[in-house]
Amino acid sequence: MSEYIEHDKDKISVGIVEKKFFTFAEPPDEMTLESGAKLGPVTIAYETYGTLNSDRTNAILILHALSGDSHVAGYYKPGDEKPGWWDNMVGPGKGIDTHKYFVVCSNIIGSCMGSTGPCTLNPKTVLPYALDFPVVTIGDMVNAQKALMDHLGIKRILAAIGGSIGGMQLLEWCVRYPEMVVSAIPLATTTKHSALAIAFNEVARQAIMADPNWNKGNYYFGPKPDLGLAVARMIGHITYLSDESMRLKFGRRLQDKNDFSFNFDVDFQVESYLRYQGAKFVERFDANSFLYITKAADYYDMEKLHGNESAVKAFSKTAAKFLVVSFTSDWLYPTYQSRAMVKAMKKNGLDVSFCEIEAEWGHDAFLIPNQRLTSLIRGFLERVYKETQQPPHAI
Amino acid sequence: MRYDLQIIASWIESGARVLDLGCGEGELLRYLIHHRQAYGSGIEHNEAKVAECIGKGLSVLQGDINEEVLDYPDNAFDYVILSQTLQQVYEPAALIRSMLRIGKKGIVSFPNFSHWGIRMQLLFSGFAPVSKQLPHQWYDTPNIRVITIKDFRKFTREIGFKILKEVAIDTHSEDRYGKVIKIFPNLRATYGIFLIGNHV
Repeated sequence: MSEYIEHDKDKISVGIVEKKFFTFAEPPDEMTLESGAKLGPVTIAYETYGTLNSDRTNAILILHALSGDSHVAGYYKPGDEKPGWWDNMVGPGKGIDTHKYFVVCSNIIGSCMGSTGPCTLNPKTVLPYALDFPVVTIGDMVNAQKALMDHLGIKRILAAIGGSIGGMQLLEWCVRYPEMVVSAIPLATTTKHSALAIAFNEVARQAIMADPNWNKGNYYFGPKPDLGLAVARMIGHITYLSDESMRLKFGRRLQDKNDFSFNFDVDFQVESYLRYQGAKFVERFDANSFLYITKAADYYDMEKLHGNESAVKAFSKTAAKFLVVSFTSDWLYPTYQSRAMVKAMKKNGLDVSFCEIEAEWGHDAFLIPNQRLTSLIRGFLERVYKETQQPPHAI
Repeated sequence: MRYDLQIIASWIESGARVLDLGCGEGELLRYLIHHRQAYGSGIEHNEAKVAECIGKGLSVLQGDINEEVLDYPDNAFDYVILSQTLQQVYEPAALIRSMLRIGKKGIVSFPNFSHWGIRMQLLFSGFAPVSKQLPHQWYDTPNIRVITIKDFRKFTREIGFKILKEVAIDTHSEDRYGKVIKIFPNLRATYGIFLIGNHV
């Protein structure tokens, strides 16, 4: 996602922010995971922007996707090369207005951006967990986020907002804590991965595990499986784009040359792009985290977990007002999956708004500055916030 | 607000649950929520209009009205509104049955094709009529049904639902002003508005 992050062209920013840490589940009170395994202590890296109001009704929880982190907006220090990953949406006067709302985002467990994950030291061995790290689920990520919300004294979430795998966490929040989540904005997401999505994830995982440096996950003191992780990221990037966006962005244009090289160097711009994205990704992401998080996403099946295979039953356990958004060219989380959610919500008489945004940028569209998405989110948040202050006038 | 929408709004009591099919930019919904304390939501096909509605703080979803009405539970609404859209519906009977399943009452408005101006055009020019209410040529019109006020009354008898109230009006398509037509409505009104319900 990082290739889309740019400085705000109007120089509007939430400013300097700080990554904070919260540790809980110290042994012997470890966190019990869905698999039955125990994990503890658990550290959550998180950031907050804006101010929690006196009646604690303006908290917004942002849930990040596969390679994201707690750094949604702003800068850690003056002169940072890039702001947070959703700086175009989150900030003063922006779609998610930090003048009005108290925004929280935490790094998911299993990741490598400050929260406990496979690269964290295992207190029992004082070595990185590597594959001794237990398999975590979307539900486990949500449980850890709930512990953080308790720690912050937030009993009601005005809106949970998340795209992609963040959307799965959002759905899980809505089922587990219906009394807490006033509203929710699932973006470009699904109740369960399609076979297509699982297939791409599996090829990406295979690329990592086939790298000899991966060494069954034990690479923290030697060369890292950079080639495997880079290929995994390249596969990801193909699925995040679309036929149309690739045609517009690259076409068959050649990279810095007028003719083919007649060898296996980079010829096409699209090759150069993928290699560059792959190489950049390995600088910031842990290969084992990639395995754990994609597995958690593939395992997630809201309908099976909560509705005995029925989406209608699963959503009967939720109570939030929903704004569902999909994008026309997203073939990884296609619109039919969002529509299926909307259908199940309607059958339960839930308050649901839905918009399929015309966008050529594929799955990545939800991260790219988009006036329409901004106005949808802004309008929806204003309504639900107003309705918490006075009786609602919408179903 | 459009004159026909003002009449529709006047029929809806305070606090009602309302679904507006083809809600456009949400003009009626917004009025009902603010002035009738209604619980309102809408369905709209056009992405830009849906975005406009949600941006204004309305609960609206994007989709085809014929499909979307199928998903709601029975009697989910007090009123289901279909304003100036019936003439574009491929299966009007199925849609109206759905409206009266998910809503206790339905409100339907449509341009009256037997208005004297239209009759005159056909009689004297011999061309398919084009009016302010139905401004398209025959080859590019979304209005695939020609309906008259008398036709709609006959349709209610044949399909088996009840007219609870009806008003015929003379107004232009986007006009805020108009008047109610009581004498020879089928000849003189540009629009018919009907409140319909199931036979008990």
